Amino acid sequence: MRGAKSAKWVAGAIVVAMAATACGGGSGDDEGKKSPSGKPEGYVSIDVGEPQKPLIPADTNESLGSYVIQSLFTQLLDFDAKGEIVYTNAESVTTTDSKTWTVKLKSGWKFHNGEAVTAQSYVDAWNWYANIKNQQQNSFWFSDIAGYADVHPEKGEPKADKMSGLKVVDDTTFTITLTEKVPYFNYKLGYATFAPLPKVFYDDPKAFGKKPIGNGPYKFEKWTHKKLIQVAANPDYQGPNKAQNKGIQFKNYATVEAAYQDVVSGNLDIIRQVGPTDLPKYKQDLGEGAIEQPYAAIQTLVPAFYTATFKDMDPKVRQGLSMAIDRETITKTVLNSTRTPATSFTPPQVKGNQDLGTDVFTYNPAKAKQLVTEGGGVPGNKIFIQYNSDGGHKEWVTAVCESIRKATGVDCIGDAKPDFATDLEARDNDQVKSMYRGGWVADYPVNVNFIKELYHSGAEANNGRFKDAAIDKMMAEADKANSLEESVKGYQEVEKKLLEKMPAIPLWYYRINGGHGKGVDNVEVDFHGDLELTGVTVK
Amino acid sequence: MGRYVARRLLQMIPVFIGSTFLIFAMMYALPGDPVRALMGDQAFDPAILEAKRHELGLDLPLWQQYVNYLTGLLQGDFGTEIGSGRPISEIIGQAFPVTVRLTLFAFAFTVIVGIGLGIVAGLKPESVRDRGLLGLTLVLISMPSFVLGYLMQYLFAFQLGLITPTVQDSESFGDLFLPAIVLGSLSLAYVARLTRTSMAENLRADYMRTAVAKGLPRRRIVGVHLMRNSLVPVVTFLGTDIGNLMTGAIVTEGIFNVQGVGDAIYEALFRREGATVVGIASLIVLVYLLASLLVDLLYAVLDPRIRYA
Repeated sequence: MRGAKSAKWVAGAIVVAMAATACGGGSGDDEGKKSPSGKPEGYVSIDVGEPQKPLIPADTNESLGSYVIQSLFTQLLDFDAKGEIVYTNAESVTTTDSKTWTVKLKSGWKFHNGEAVTAQSYVDAWNWYANIKNQQQNSFWFSDIAGYADVHPEKGEPKADKMSGLKVVDDTTFTITLTEKVPYFNYKLGYATFAPLPKVFYDDPKAFGKKPIGNGPYKFEKWTHKKLIQVAANPDYQGPNKAQNKGIQFKNYATVEAAYQDVVSGNLDIIRQVGPTDLPKYKQDLGEGAIEQPYAAIQTLVPAFYTATFKDMDPKVRQGLSMAIDRETITKTVLNSTRTPATSFTPPQVKGNQDLGTDVFTYNPAKAKQLVTEGGGVPGNKIFIQYNSDGGHKEWVTAVCESIRKATGVDCIGDAKPDFATDLEARDNDQVKSMYRGGWVADYPVNVNFIKELYHSGAEANNGRFKDAAIDKMMAEADKANSLEESVKGYQEVEKKLLEKMPAIPLWYYRINGGHGKGVDNVEVDFHGDLELTGVTVK
Repeated sequence: MGRYVARRLLQMIPVFIGSTFLIFAMMYALPGDPVRALMGDQAFDPAILEAKRHELGLDLPLWQQYVNYLTGLLQGDFGTEIGSGRPISEIIGQAFPVTVRLTLFAFAFTVIVGIGLGIVAGLKPESVRDRGLLGLTLVLISMPSFVLGYLMQYLFAFQLGLITPTVQDSESFGDLFLPAIVLGSLSLAYVARLTRTSMAENLRADYMRTAVAKGLPRRRIVGVHLMRNSLVPVVTFLGTDIGNLMTGAIVTEGIFNVQGVGDAIYEALFRREGATVVGIASLIVLVYLLASLLVDLLYAVLDPRIRYA
């Protein structure tokens, strides 16, 4: 009889299992009836995954969180496709000496909870962001402002909770005094970090990060973790970038391939980047929906100047190595035309990008070999290129190495790190074997952003530890200029000098290869490669 | 039997502590600092990193971090994620039910269809249907699950248009149907083959001849005498398979965009969220432990000669 008993037991288990699964199915089906993909009418969906952190403007710099932040918050100004300033919340941002800046706000702006956006909202927010106690990731963005050292000392407790450089004049006017002249400071203000905050924020910043209240074109609706974030169009928005759709759904996908499948089948409207497997066919699949556009970002090979290989090297050798790389062929074949060969240290979308009138970036194996030999060759005749193997870099690193080896006879080996975290750690701790793969996306569309942040000897992102007193001095000179134009020109001179020193070997500029389905239209790309969601219309 | 179960449950404690410590130590040994990784390529202030690390206790030595973690765990606190600041219990609470559902469904599919096919083939070894089953399962065994996944997606979603290519709602039963079949198909092949072989062997056993000679009805011969003896290896396999299905779901969950454990653990690993990885992994360890206990107990039910004191 035991057999009968056990059979009953097994049958029972299966019934329980089925019941457990079936009851989940019931509720799912009910929801399904409302709308097939759960998207309200007039909304646009895009594959933007779970932000890494709570949604606080100054604590987010990765692209997923930035997308949501930018839909909810509007700063003083923004940039158009050409990189020119467009005033959003500000009426004007002016200066006479590049040191004191006066900001006039447009009146009548409101946060989503009805609170007015005033000069005080900006000043309070910036003071909070910059304070070291609040541990905001982007706090150093405020370091130009006078009094930053008081709220953000290198060590210990802050001496003050307000920066002396920020002064409220009246409800819609405030002034910013900087410690030094920064002729391009107004361009920095376009970065999402400079967003204002409503009063409710200070009551409970943590709770605010889960349910932010901004002043932007969209209002926060809901955040189902790891699934989607939904925002609705703000009907009272007065900026030039008012939403042309009823709302956005930021949907989380486990893989780009899954997201792509959903765009093709119509369950998702927009995909930011088509994965490598689908690249060869995406134009055919999406037709007019295929998006291919360059944006202000560059990929470089950065020598680590503390290594035996690059320590005392003649810059000629690096010029030679640069000429040994066949950028044309590699971008076309290995990278499926998703990149454009670089011709300078800055991408074309930024102010001050120039034709350096050089052949250093052109493939020329004979001259490459000649330059390497003239410069005394590469010590050990061997270089390594460090990259993170989780980012799809392996293929081009291999191709670049092959190209260098063929042209110059210098042995070149890819040094793979399993992921980005490991890669960054090696860079921070000066453990790069000889070169690493560098990448930089514009924070603001001025050449300074690509030159000073990467090659100034004190720059955080200068992980190659390039040091050149003459170049630092030229940058300081350019920063002293009274107008943006002068400053940009100064940095153009710096760039010419960089060409002689070769602190990095520029490879190519990025392009976005995304797409949208038949349900939506007017999908445009901004200068740093983000899709402009406010302009998207639903058919 | 009761004492045996109690002893087994007690044994689980050191195994659990040992395995969580191993995973914890491995996460600690991995290069790459989670707080630094949050900052990405861009510039940042090192003072902020230090402050954050200190606040999270990441600057403590390994053993102290582990003791802190265990103490928290005993109080039912799985910890908080570094990046998102969300409690890990919430993350687990969201991912586990999805995967459990997917696993149960895949498991039910494996058991019913696998054993069913095995019986059909095993009763008539070397026949056409037996050869057919062997061929079919060979195909399933040799096909990686991502190939099968994409194949099914292509066939049912794009060619026939029966389903959406990815799961729109990870809690919907209908949506999980296809991923569950893909997930279960590899185990299905093993189960079918095991059942088939074990039955084919036992068909020639002495007790079978005796049963036939006694003139028992065929249903009883097959259902009780043959099945009970043949299922012992199958149950062993199925027991360990529950854990395998849960961990093996990573690939399938990726293809069909199911937001389950696989997805969660992959992301946590990628972002070096050690506490999340340990939390999920220790729960999977528990599932393995309980499943193997269950299997051992089932032996006694299937074969009364096996007794536990």
